[in-house]
Amino acid sequence: MTPVLATALAILIGAAIAYILGFDPFVAYGALLTGAFGNTMAISSTLAGAVPLALAGLGVSVAFRAGLFNIGAEGQYWIGVIAAVWFGYHLTGWPGWLHTLVCVVAAAVAGGLWGGLIPGLAKAYRGAHEVITTMMMSYIAIYFGQYLIAAGGPMHAPGYNAQSYPIRQDAWLTVLVPPQLTTAVFFALGTAVAVWWVMFHTTVGFRLRTVGANARAARYAGILVPAYTVLALGLSGLLAGLAGGVQVLALDHRLMWGFNTGYGYTAIVVALLARNHPFGVLLAAVFFSALSTGGQNMQMVSQLPSSLTDVLTGLIVFFVAAERMVPLAIAWYRRRRGVRVQVAAAGEGGREA
Amino acid sequence: MSSFLEVVDVHKYFPGVKANDGVNLDVRAGEVHAVLGENGAGKSTLMKLISGLYQPDAGEIRLEGRPVRFGSPRNAIRAGIGMVHQHFMLIPALTVADNIVLGDEPGGIRYKRRTAAAQVRALSQKYRLEVDPLARVEQLSVGLQQRVEILKVLYRRARLLILDEPTAVLTPQEAEELFQVLRHLKAQGTPVLFISHKLDEVRAVADRITVMRAGRTVATVPAADASPQELANLMVGREVVLRVNKPPRTPGDVVLSVRNLSVTDAERRLRVRDVSFEVRAGEILGIAGVDGNGQTELADAIAGLLPASGGQVAFLSQDITRLPPGERTRRGIAYVPQDRQRDGLVLDFTLVENAMLRDVSHPPFSRRGILQHRPARAYTERLLEAFDVRPRDPDRHAGDLSGGNQQKMILAREVSRDPSLLIAVQPTRGLDVGAIEGIHRQLLRLREAGKAILLVSLELDEILSLSDRIAVMHHGQVVDIVPAETATREQIGLLMTGTRVGESEVAQPSNR
Ligand SMILES: Nc1ncnc2c1ncn2[C@@H]1O[C@H](COP(=O)(O)OP(=O)(O)OP(=O)(O)O)[C@@H](O)[C@H]1O
Ligand SMILES: [Mg+2]
Repeated sequence: MTPVLATALAILIGAAIAYILGFDPFVAYGALLTGAFGNTMAISSTLAGAVPLALAGLGVSVAFRAGLFNIGAEGQYWIGVIAAVWFGYHLTGWPGWLHTLVCVVAAAVAGGLWGGLIPGLAKAYRGAHEVITTMMMSYIAIYFGQYLIAAGGPMHAPGYNAQSYPIRQDAWLTVLVPPQLTTAVFFALGTAVAVWWVMFHTTVGFRLRTVGANARAARYAGILVPAYTVLALGLSGLLAGLAGGVQVLALDHRLMWGFNTGYGYTAIVVALLARNHPFGVLLAAVFFSALSTGGQNMQMVSQLPSSLTDVLTGLIVFFVAAERMVPLAIAWYRRRRGVRVQVAAAGEGGREA
Repeated sequence: MSSFLEVVDVHKYFPGVKANDGVNLDVRAGEVHAVLGENGAGKSTLMKLISGLYQPDAGEIRLEGRPVRFGSPRNAIRAGIGMVHQHFMLIPALTVADNIVLGDEPGGIRYKRRTAAAQVRALSQKYRLEVDPLARVEQLSVGLQQRVEILKVLYRRARLLILDEPTAVLTPQEAEELFQVLRHLKAQGTPVLFISHKLDEVRAVADRITVMRAGRTVATVPAADASPQELANLMVGREVVLRVNKPPRTPGDVVLSVRNLSVTDAERRLRVRDVSFEVRAGEILGIAGVDGNGQTELADAIAGLLPASGGQVAFLSQDITRLPPGERTRRGIAYVPQDRQRDGLVLDFTLVENAMLRDVSHPPFSRRGILQHRPARAYTERLLEAFDVRPRDPDRHAGDLSGGNQQKMILAREVSRDPSLLIAVQPTRGLDVGAIEGIHRQLLRLREAGKAILLVSLELDEILSLSDRIAVMHHGQVVDIVPAETATREQIGLLMTGTRVGESEVAQPSNR
């Protein structure tokens, strides 16, 4: 319930801000909606944009479930892109489907090793905090990618632009609904189901959740907590890498400058809003993608700057993170009106016997 | 005497549970009032209602004759009602003084740490609750943590002190010290309301006793008039056997052999020093000792949760000193750890998930790595039934269970794993008399079935009545191992201070 509440609150406050700035909130939100879902093209773009968000969001949520904060999904995404592109133009003469598969697998593995294995091992055996290591690895990945395609870089394609050679066309994902929606959407759906199944229907998922819920009890339960730390971050990186691979095979088809989209960062918000539930991640991904595609239309129609959508995102993060503040705020409000009400014992210790 | 606090026909419901369903209570100025009742009877809920953590769905609470309604514990403590919870709410990384003044610090924007420490020191002397204000809470034994909790409410000038199962975690000596404190408070006119499962101590320290059953208060009696049997029957609603009867049995082969074991804790302090003993099949070895003398570390080391810094542990004739905890579990060691909420359970998991915690990779919980939800649920239902865990709802979260039922859940899981060795640390902590009876019967049944049992308990009576042999620990060492038939309370009590019969020198008390 709270995620829905947080979103609703954010939208309301966003409307108030628009109103104060002298815009009609109904016009603005209406334009946002039509921009995101108004016609087939809009829907196609929104869903296409949701795919990388969903995949990377799944990645972040897997780490969250194990009590780990993978803040470096952005870098893992880039590593995925790099790996997919490298295999995408180096391999020749493979059947298209196999070529695609190789690229996708390469992206996932690269992301997993980058974001998972290295920070995971550092955390498990050296106690290095994953927030620091995943972040550092993330920057390394981003700068590494820029180096690869800069003039003189190993993947630089001849020409004025800083970009790589394109992936061979036979490996591209098929467009389903123009302009943007490709078979990538099946990767997102399939992965969500797979993550859900692993988390809730396998012993591995159970152990992973146990580590996240109570690491001491996990040790008592005989779970090798360091191994599961590595595994969780590995899976997390793998999914973020997959996001990059799938996205580049679907749309950009090459590594290029200006490619930086921030999917890996938004993915954190997606996981937060979804409360780490795989199907929730799908919904949240569509929501944030809609904000971004709809935001442009909103700016054109109502002149309200599309950065309002960033404000909305910020507000949502705030409300979700400050989950406990909502009941407190309500209680405060009622108290002020002289009505004594139940301050839901929620935050204060509903958990002990 | 006038009533300080009155609870009039109070009701409190949780989804599907009538936790309090018509509760009446009055606490008079200057009395010690005890609340007795089975696990899940609604005692903690009642205390939380009084201390503002919950609000009643119906009924009234009156303080000195005036109806009150506390929106939060903060309001309650402002009105003078201070509560010490069944499970402590301290911040381990902070010092004693910091924890006590937290939220009510001396000084304005700048926290005056020195003043706080001085105030806490003065307070602890005034109430004879000795504790080092500068020690970090995580380094304190449970008994000392409780003192911190009590000081915390006294610091806030509580006029009524509420304690939820204060003695469940204490040694008999510590409990006696606590009672001194309670009597001291009473003499100063501060009434005390406390929950307990121990009939003897309730009769020793309380003026009046209120008994709860299934969410209702069934009787309030003067402590002087109540016999233990009568109280037990009131609580449980049936006749309770207070004595266990232990048939003689010849122990079998050695199951667990501990040789010269030494253990250091996470802070690298030496907690177990050169300990050796054996436990045989069909035998209960009791480990007695004052809390904090290395018993829990010993148990943790045998279970594999703490590494041995020296010596050897052998299980079924195989060296397991270096095996990880999971492997020991697989080989047949069951473990009921001391801290049920931190180690024994995952509070955010359902009972089904908690039941599978230790054996998730085996049937009925999973097959080839895939969870078998339906069989797991059915298995859990049987566990709840067999061990009388209430409510019998496998989908409930462990955190929603009452303290005693959480404990029963852990025992149910561990005992049902059909282990060769059961390590049980304070298995009946927080259980009502009826449940204790049940657990004792389970332990004896295991013994009968030829299992080895290592029973760590702070309850001398429990140790004396269940054990075949008793090892007494002091300052990390086993002072002596004596046969239970001939052991007396006095003898064990003396050993617990580190004195062997015939010796007069008392070893230094352990440094907790
Ligand atoms: N937060 C909660 N949500 C749902 N049910 C609860 C909650 N707290 C308590 N209950 C239920 O209310 C009943 C009374 O619980 P309570 O903790 O008051 O028992 P208790 O008398 O303190 O028992 P114990 O001696 O075992 O500590 C139990 O059935 C318990 O499961
Ligand atoms: Mg209780």
